[in-house]
Amino acid sequence: MSKIYETVIGLEVHVELATKTKIFCSCSTAFGGAPNTHTCPVCTGMPGSLPVLNRQVVEYAMAVGIATNCKITRYCKFDRKNYFYPDNPQNYQISQLYLPICRDGGIEIETAAGKKTVGIHEIHMEEDAGKLVHDEWEDVSIVDYNRSGVPLIEIVSEPDMRSAEEVIAYLEKLRLIIQYLGASDCKLNEGSMRADVNLSVREAGAAYFGTRTEMKNLNSFKAIARAIEGERARQIELLEEGKQVIQETRRWDDNKETSHAMRSKEDAKDYRYFPEPDLVPVVISDEWIAQVRSRQPEMREEKMARYQTQYGLPAYDAGILTGDKTFADLFEAATEICGKPKKVSNWIMVETIRLLKENGMDPDQIQFSPENLAKIVRLADEGTVTNTVAKEVFELVFLKDIDPEAYIKEHGLSTVSDEGALRAAVEQVIRENPQSVEDYRNGKEKAIGFLVGQTMKAMKGKANPGMVNQLLRELL
Amino acid sequence: MNLMKMTAIELGRKIKKREVSVTEAVTAALDAAERKEPQLNSFVTIDRDGARKQAGIVQKRLDEGEIDNPLAGVPVAVKDNMCTKGLLTTCSSKILYNFIPTYTAQAVLSLEQAGAVVIGKTNMDEFAMGSTTETSAFGETKNPWNLSHVPGGSSGGSCAAVAAGECTYALGSDTGGSIRQPSSFCGVTGLKPTYGTVSRYGLIAYGSSLDQIGPVAKDIADCAAILETIASYDKKDSTSIRRDDYKFTEALIDDVKGMKIGIPGDYFGEGLDEDVKNAVLKAAERLKEKGAIVEEFDLSLVPYAIPAYYIIACAEASSNLARFDGVKYGYRAKEYEGLHNMYKKSRSEGFGAEAKRRIMLGSFVLSSGYYDAYYLKALRTKALIKQAFDRAFEKYDVILGPTAPATAPKLGESLSDPIQMYLGDIYTISVNLAGLPAVSLPCGKDRAGLPIGLQLIGDCFQEKKIIRAAYAFEQTRNYAYSPFAEV
Repeated sequence: MSKIYETVIGLEVHVELATKTKIFCSCSTAFGGAPNTHTCPVCTGMPGSLPVLNRQVVEYAMAVGIATNCKITRYCKFDRKNYFYPDNPQNYQISQLYLPICRDGGIEIETAAGKKTVGIHEIHMEEDAGKLVHDEWEDVSIVDYNRSGVPLIEIVSEPDMRSAEEVIAYLEKLRLIIQYLGASDCKLNEGSMRADVNLSVREAGAAYFGTRTEMKNLNSFKAIARAIEGERARQIELLEEGKQVIQETRRWDDNKETSHAMRSKEDAKDYRYFPEPDLVPVVISDEWIAQVRSRQPEMREEKMARYQTQYGLPAYDAGILTGDKTFADLFEAATEICGKPKKVSNWIMVETIRLLKENGMDPDQIQFSPENLAKIVRLADEGTVTNTVAKEVFELVFLKDIDPEAYIKEHGLSTVSDEGALRAAVEQVIRENPQSVEDYRNGKEKAIGFLVGQTMKAMKGKANPGMVNQLLRELL
Repeated sequence: MNLMKMTAIELGRKIKKREVSVTEAVTAALDAAERKEPQLNSFVTIDRDGARKQAGIVQKRLDEGEIDNPLAGVPVAVKDNMCTKGLLTTCSSKILYNFIPTYTAQAVLSLEQAGAVVIGKTNMDEFAMGSTTETSAFGETKNPWNLSHVPGGSSGGSCAAVAAGECTYALGSDTGGSIRQPSSFCGVTGLKPTYGTVSRYGLIAYGSSLDQIGPVAKDIADCAAILETIASYDKKDSTSIRRDDYKFTEALIDDVKGMKIGIPGDYFGEGLDEDVKNAVLKAAERLKEKGAIVEEFDLSLVPYAIPAYYIIACAEASSNLARFDGVKYGYRAKEYEGLHNMYKKSRSEGFGAEAKRRIMLGSFVLSSGYYDAYYLKALRTKALIKQAFDRAFEKYDVILGPTAPATAPKLGESLSDPIQMYLGDIYTISVNLAGLPAVSLPCGKDRAGLPIGLQLIGDCFQEKKIIRAAYAFEQTRNYAYSPFAEV
């Protein structure tokens, strides 16, 4: 490869808003209902039904716009995007083209290459589609309209990113902002946050943009990073061979780590947009913006500072805890219960993060309650259980959200401080490990650690470590 | 005593006085409809069992003093583009030949709550697209005054049914004249309210920004009473408007002294039938004799209304009708290969020629590259037309003119030349573009004995002015204007 290429990336991020009801009707947005039970004439596109805008959707969109430094459009409108597909009951999607609610914003990201601002072109509100299920056995497709009409915002960035690293930094920042606002849980794997990647390559320093493609079906940050690498390589290869990149929508297959062009029918470009006549324009006053602004919650930077001043946490802890909304919420709730911020922080930063990694989970998949975390912190801190036992029990809390107090009681895991029982165990360890005993007596201080370990093992970790230490020194 | 010759208010009064039972009134309508339908075809569906059952319920509510509406117990027919729970609703289209809604349109619900009894669903131009009721998939409706003529459209079934006494009154919908023009052709009174006055929830949309439900009746007093019952702010319809005053019947006063009435000179030019012109000008004369100040003025922009209307209405229709695809309800082609073929065949077989024409026109004007040249320009024209009316209403209380350039054409004459048919909407269409209220009421007959309609247009929210002018004019009419056609 003789030339040096630059990758130019812009993102279209869809975020499902956390409203209780749908964007244009009062049906529930809850997950997991039996098919077509969260539906009504409006979200199933029944003839004669009419949409009524959910005010909360506008407020969430405004909140995201304010937090991403956008201008709020004072007179915004909805438009119809016309295309035929069975998951779309009216065969048009109510969206915004001409006057989207937010424009001209941006957020700062930081990567190894330094800080930069990624521009946000616009944010618009729209409705989600239903779900098509293809029944191979019967050779029919079935539609579930429970998701039809769930509110979405689409955040369209400027083509300001140049690497997968920048894309991930942008997405993580965006996700954090939206999670902090409570506007969405932003779960990529569940589809409440979805990113389409627009990518082109050009010779470094060129003034023009290359032809771009749009990549869909990206369900994790890792898939996004792989898709970016894959598409960059594919486009460069085409250019190197003297071929042209075709402007098209491609579907990423993360298992095969390749993409293929979607059929042109799935990719019809003329949506015949026009203003939605069934909705009146949304007029946003200064007062309304001020109201939404005044309700903006504490964002990450403020929270980080507060954790250091209010709880006396080190900056490092505050950074990690606020780096994920789930961690921050868990920390605050558990601290509220047990009143031991540094201890709670340690349990999250060490044991929780370790278990997340071991189980290949993301923080937002944490199942256990802050109550049970607070109990572990208290039980360990008060010495009711040893650290070893606490860690073992916490694993069960992590996996099954068990009540640690009840579990410890039931399984008799409390620390044994009964001198008679401990003395017997220590004596047996001394008998069974003459070599270590001798090492210790010969001045090898380290050997006592081994003997403590053996005693703990014999006591199934329940022995009071201080007392074991003391007894060993006494008996040797 | 012929119950079907009575107005809704007269019949309602007799029902209230227990001189007539609700069942008697409803049965009279059902029997009349049964007798006349073979000739007229005003209805797509007659709900004999449902109506009789409802009659019993309403009688009970009346006896228990639960309802006090002047329309209680009076039989009504509803245009087949308004959803009625459990009752076939077809829009006179094959594509909805089996569609039974799960809910009832708000306007119909309001009537039912007031004690009205729906006896059936009336025929119409398919999806309200047409001016003759000949584009119905279930056969054309005939004009009760002369069975070889059309009743007008698209609410031709509603207007013919009222004129022929198959029901006491009816609901229609008006997108470009669809209440007023067939009212004119059938010699009945039809009112199109200000946009946003009657909820569109449950009205199967044709041109959403223009559609409005309104009453069709034997006289203006009935129209006012019906409007008073169906008009309301509805939070289910975002374009619904909360009005200060819904007391339309208060305007039924025989007094037009000092009322300023403008006659647009541009409504009396080429293409206007001589008999129609004379009858309308004579009506203006009657109002002048009663003390109204009548003068001619230039409305302007009249020739631009038709192209602007057809662009906007067809654009909206092309999107509104996209949901009829054979997936969820309605007609699906018997044999197809794959999804796109199913869409194509179901829609090709399910829609009639006029609906297809308008879907294609609408899709074309919204296509990228044409949007600015057609749709945006049409919206600007719409705004200019509204301004022209605003200027006129600075000077006049009411604008008076013909409803249609001619009386009802013969069956089969119109569809061969759609442009000519579209031009027939010239006096009604701009009212929808500007969102104004207007009424058509009979003001005479032509040399062939066919009814002529007088149109009175008011400013937004000024229904009371046109109702008053219409009422005053009605007092000058003689028996020759009877709305009742003997079939």
